[in-house]
Amino acid sequence: MFLSYFTEQPMSAYPADEGLKEGFTSVMFSNKYYDPVEGSRLFNERIEEYKLAEQVGFDGIMVNEHHNAPFCMQARITVMSSILAAITDRAKIVQLGNPLPTYDSPLMFAEEIAMIDMISKGRLISGIVRGAGQESVCLNANPAYNRERFNEAHDLLVKTMTDDGPFSWEGEHFQYRVVNPWARVLQKPHPRIWVPGVFSAETIRWAAQHRYPYISLNTPLHLTGDLWQIYDQAARACGYEPGPENRGYLLRVHVQEDGDKARENAREFMWMQGEFTGIGHPYWVSPSGYGSSARRLDYAKLANSEVRGSRASRFEKQLAAREIVAGTPDEVIAELRVVLETCRPSILMLWGNDGGVSHDDSLRCIELMGTEVLPALRDIGDELGLHDPMELDTPVSLALTPPDELNPIEEAADERPEDTSDSRALKMFR
Amino acid sequence: MQTVTTSVAGLGMREFTGGSGDPLVMLHHSFGNPGWMPIHEALAEHYTVHALDLPGYGGPEGSEQPDWARHPRDLALIVGQWLRAKGFGLAELVGCGFGGWVAAELATMAPELIKRLILVGAAGLLPEQGRIYDQFLVSHSNYVQAAFSSQDAYEAIFHSNGDDPDEHPLGDDTLVVWDMNREMTTRVAWKPYMYNRRLRPLLGGVTVPALVVWGDSDAVVPIECAHTYVEALPDARLVIVPDCGHAVDLEAPEALAAIITGGNS
Repeated sequence: MFLSYFTEQPMSAYPADEGLKEGFTSVMFSNKYYDPVEGSRLFNERIEEYKLAEQVGFDGIMVNEHHNAPFCMQARITVMSSILAAITDRAKIVQLGNPLPTYDSPLMFAEEIAMIDMISKGRLISGIVRGAGQESVCLNANPAYNRERFNEAHDLLVKTMTDDGPFSWEGEHFQYRVVNPWARVLQKPHPRIWVPGVFSAETIRWAAQHRYPYISLNTPLHLTGDLWQIYDQAARACGYEPGPENRGYLLRVHVQEDGDKARENAREFMWMQGEFTGIGHPYWVSPSGYGSSARRLDYAKLANSEVRGSRASRFEKQLAAREIVAGTPDEVIAELRVVLETCRPSILMLWGNDGGVSHDDSLRCIELMGTEVLPALRDIGDELGLHDPMELDTPVSLALTPPDELNPIEEAADERPEDTSDSRALKMFR
Repeated sequence: MQTVTTSVAGLGMREFTGGSGDPLVMLHHSFGNPGWMPIHEALAEHYTVHALDLPGYGGPEGSEQPDWARHPRDLALIVGQWLRAKGFGLAELVGCGFGGWVAAELATMAPELIKRLILVGAAGLLPEQGRIYDQFLVSHSNYVQAAFSSQDAYEAIFHSNGDDPDEHPLGDDTLVVWDMNREMTTRVAWKPYMYNRRLRPLLGGVTVPALVVWGDSDAVVPIECAHTYVEALPDARLVIVPDCGHAVDLEAPEALAAIITGGNS
């Protein structure tokens, strides 16, 4: 199993009451409420926590990027990745993910990750995402071309990592007279690419069609079966047999010696009114042209409704459904066994601390995860045959899989309504 | 009134047309043309009115989307081809809001197609003082509402047509069309938003007579843009409509028709 630590890096020192008064906590929620003194403290506390996560045995540290919102302090994923490259020695740096369509220069991004891969001595895993619609709004990247830009930036990135320059690139959205960066990835053929997401059938299929592991971001456990069915069907159509090595799962987990204290701290996972990304308007989260046209009416109704605020389930309900796991190490191990048996991922991201959980409690949580939870999870993983892509040395992509290893099976017609996934994603992203 | 579709640049272009007399073409706001409206009816007494759906606008039944279009100038080129295909010779060209921007772009490229350019609350120029109201930061309905100075005038057009509890109060069809229109606006006008720095230097070449009409309470495109248009166009005059918002065509159709037909200018 590949076990990674994650935190959203919450800007917990913001006045939540002001957000509640405004009715939203993203995009237009004023940064006059951002205190950089507190920001400095929080960044440095997170860095200490990352160092500890490596020391206690995590295989990776997952980082991400969001904009204009207190739920996540990381505005540039490659900045934190660069810091990790310098301050850690062993843990993989797992970017989940780089919002490719929002970058105006995929070439500059390719240069950055080549530098990170070299400085980290080949520890980079570079995930890619479309980015939620609000990231497009914040960075002013046209949401109507989000998927086109994602696909094209991906193709350019892979070519830049694998082909010698100079070459030119004349795409629909990106053009380069010369692609010839004097910074090249250390890992050959290229660092692994993983694709995180909530539950978008289109993205799940895209990941499977590229043989990139899909990392399900706290998708309700009972839906993961549907999710892997979509992935597996697309994978078999491409000619390879998918397994746990193609599956990742991110889950909110908090551990303390005292189970009640752990559950009390775990309430902080609800700190943005229970929404991962805080409260935003639907027309920011999914601007026109960003989502599936099959969902247009539902989206437009939501965007023009008077209903505002959180749609998240109550904390107790999420705890019961194992969308949040909290307790003593033994309690958490027992719960995570169910998660692993149900979801069967080989890549598990433990989202350890959120909201206002103190630095000391965060450190203790990480320590207990390392000393007690991770060894148990590795045993369970072995017992369940959950072997990760590095253990199995799987090809990094479908394009780099030897053709004689592929045996495509004709894809049966998918009777699943195409539109169910996006509505779930929309609901969960709000 | 009848609906006519004409094929141009491989795209089916829909219009509502009616009336008799010289041709008058109307280009709609970014939220689209709600149908054959009182302004069309009033102008149809003097002209043959062609209320054209811009490419990619008008919903599932509207004009087809040019997936290659990246700028309102691309839409203007298609409208130019449409005008030539229709064989009008010279047409009165009325552009409202975003449609005014498209009309202004077209006038810089093909003044020989235009008898008179009529810009109503036209976008297209960067205001120096104010800011063009950004639809992408608000809901569809809030944006359309902002185009009216009177809530009653807005509700006279956009209101519930039935009591189906499953249907949105504004009508599901309206929402779908609004969203398709907004998607097309996103495709061509996401950034820079609603202006083109390359438009004003070319307006001096628009030698046809121009009429610039603005609601005095326009909350979408600042009225300073009206003055800029009048300064930049060689033969333009300005008419300000009192107690009226951005969508003069929808909020004060009789006043606008009178201004256009010369009854009250």
